[in-house]
Amino acid sequence: MQDRDHLSNVGITHTAKIIANGIIDIPMLQLLQADGTSFEEAKLPDLDQETAVKIYETMKFIRVLDERMVSAQRQGRISFYLASTGEEAASAASAAALEPQDLIMSQYREQGALAYRGYTTEQFMNQMFSNEKEANKGRQMPIHYGDKPLNFMTISSPLGTQIPQAAGYAYGQKMAGEDAITICYFGEGAASEGDFHAGLNMAAVLKCPAIFFCRNNGYAISTPSNEQFAGDGIASRGIGYGIKTIRVDGNDALAVFAATTEARKIAIEEQCPVLIEAMTYRLAAHSTSDDPTGYRSKDEEEKWRQKDPISRLRNWLISKDWLDEEKDVESLEEMRQDVLKQLKLCEQVPVCSIEHIVEDVYDTPPWHLQEQLSELKDHIRKYPEAYPATAGRINNG
Amino acid sequence: MARMNLLQAINSALMIAMEENEKVMVFGEDVGYFGGVFRATSNLQEKFGRGRCFNTPLTEQGIIGFANGLASHGSVPIAEIQFGDYIFPAFDQIVNETAKFRYRSGGQFSCGTLTIRTPYGGGIAGGLYHSQSPEAFFAHVPGMKIVVPRNPYQAKGLLLSSIRDDNPVLFMEPKRLYRAAVGEVPEDDYELPLGKADIVKEGSDITLLAWGAQVEVVEKAAQKAEADGISCEIVDLQSILPWDRDTVAESVAKTGRLLISHEAPMTGGFAGEIAAAIQEACFLNLESPIARVCGLDTPYPLAHEKEYMPDELKVYEAIVRSVNF
Repeated sequence: MQDRDHLSNVGITHTAKIIANGIIDIPMLQLLQADGTSFEEAKLPDLDQETAVKIYETMKFIRVLDERMVSAQRQGRISFYLASTGEEAASAASAAALEPQDLIMSQYREQGALAYRGYTTEQFMNQMFSNEKEANKGRQMPIHYGDKPLNFMTISSPLGTQIPQAAGYAYGQKMAGEDAITICYFGEGAASEGDFHAGLNMAAVLKCPAIFFCRNNGYAISTPSNEQFAGDGIASRGIGYGIKTIRVDGNDALAVFAATTEARKIAIEEQCPVLIEAMTYRLAAHSTSDDPTGYRSKDEEEKWRQKDPISRLRNWLISKDWLDEEKDVESLEEMRQDVLKQLKLCEQVPVCSIEHIVEDVYDTPPWHLQEQLSELKDHIRKYPEAYPATAGRINNG
Repeated sequence: MARMNLLQAINSALMIAMEENEKVMVFGEDVGYFGGVFRATSNLQEKFGRGRCFNTPLTEQGIIGFANGLASHGSVPIAEIQFGDYIFPAFDQIVNETAKFRYRSGGQFSCGTLTIRTPYGGGIAGGLYHSQSPEAFFAHVPGMKIVVPRNPYQAKGLLLSSIRDDNPVLFMEPKRLYRAAVGEVPEDDYELPLGKADIVKEGSDITLLAWGAQVEVVEKAAQKAEADGISCEIVDLQSILPWDRDTVAESVAKTGRLLISHEAPMTGGFAGEIAAAIQEACFLNLESPIARVCGLDTPYPLAHEKEYMPDELKVYEAIVRSVNF
């Protein structure tokens, strides 16, 4: 047993002074200007050409994928889509600062991190078409990606649930002595959930090597951030939990890379959590089920289009002579063709066989699930025309 | 063999599990140096260190969220929720996350190594929030297993099976029996199978089905009924999900009558599920309606605890009604 004194770090005052807003000053790290030139006093991260170009190409690919798939949803080819337009730097550049053994936990608007890890166009398509080649066996809505080989935890819809899970996963990594951390992405809306409080407090107290990465994009569906919180964003809360914290320009890929690199170094060396708040803007609609014209102005969107993270990085790469403008245009067209080709191929792949409906509920299906499957198969055999996706493939067992 | 109470049996299971596998970690509110408010985790931190047995901040959703992450990493978390009454803040993490982790990821990730221990049940003057029996809420959740032991021997064997089972298990401990139930328990390692009911006593006139602390109550009622010449078969369900329908149906096919008793409220309680399934499986064998002797459909009261509880007199009366139907 140890003696403790919870007053040991508390200073004393003799005036009843209420602490007001603005006591903590949390500036935003910015390295590139909107036109892609670096600030004179900016200390740029140690970033080689190959990595910088890979971040850029990943962002470009995600922009192409998002545009194409929003159209595909409007055509009724997939049931749902969720674009990350304007936020590509936040996910791609942060993923670039990680090691392959680090686990990624995503909310749902971080396809850039998954693409950076090497998830292929075909894998994206298989998941969105819920076909039999998809790792989740077609059980979840589009965008709920997951890939064990790439250390990308399967996404789930309930907001914020992955935040305390990230603390637990990171604790497991620490206890196993792994040279690895967990990064956990979430939006500023999700940070209002109780799980945010639970997860950050537990990570701090139990010293979990995790990066909590908040995309503060100004909106949670229609709710603007001034109806989400009254304090100084999300970063100020990290300080309250005793977590090392940084705020960064989320549309500046170099700043995101620099902040995440530093955060990972701290998480590994000091075995503790770090909070990053990336300030950005959700240029996309919340999802294909949402129309933002009902709650924000075109002028506001236009202002943020001028801060596009992709053109900002492109201009910087060109200024470094790291990007050939002609090849850049060619590769954009190649990406569009690749996405279209895979879309056409993957929408033809059938769904999983009906047995998968009861598998993976438990390690093996218990008696009641076997019984329910057997009754379901008999029913489908009786009314095959009502169940075209599975009827033709039922075994006779 | 050694004489142990239910808490000592649980502590013994935790010791064995932590000794055999360094990935086993025990955590929750006050479980660390102090050893838990009921002392189930006594000496674990002393023996295995603060890294493997530790206090968490006071947040049930955090405890289970953290446990889900730890389990998906491949560690073996044993999370404690101080009272079953306080598991509800973690309902979202259990229902939407723990239980669906494997299914939604196509088997890529799972929380199969997780065990959640929680004391449950009344009879200790615990009022509304230290008496509840929440098993039926979780019986509606595909992906979970739910286990309830009735004495120290069952507790140790079922807990070791739960920890080693590759599915998330909610392990509910009858706190009224923590110190009251004492029995012979092997000091060594042993397991009792999950998903299996246990026939406590054979009989021919009526099947009495219960679990946890309620088994003792139906045993007392059976003794009273036997004095009247009614032969009772007593079955301890042991696992609520998945439950052992075959053993129950076999017993009811023999006796022709079934009485189910639990402390939790009647409406939506697990007895309803059993009654529906057994009338379907044993329709031609039943000689009387299936009887349910449960808690009232009220919050769990303090001053009227004795009146609220499905005690042996209420069970005895229902046995007599059933046999005379």
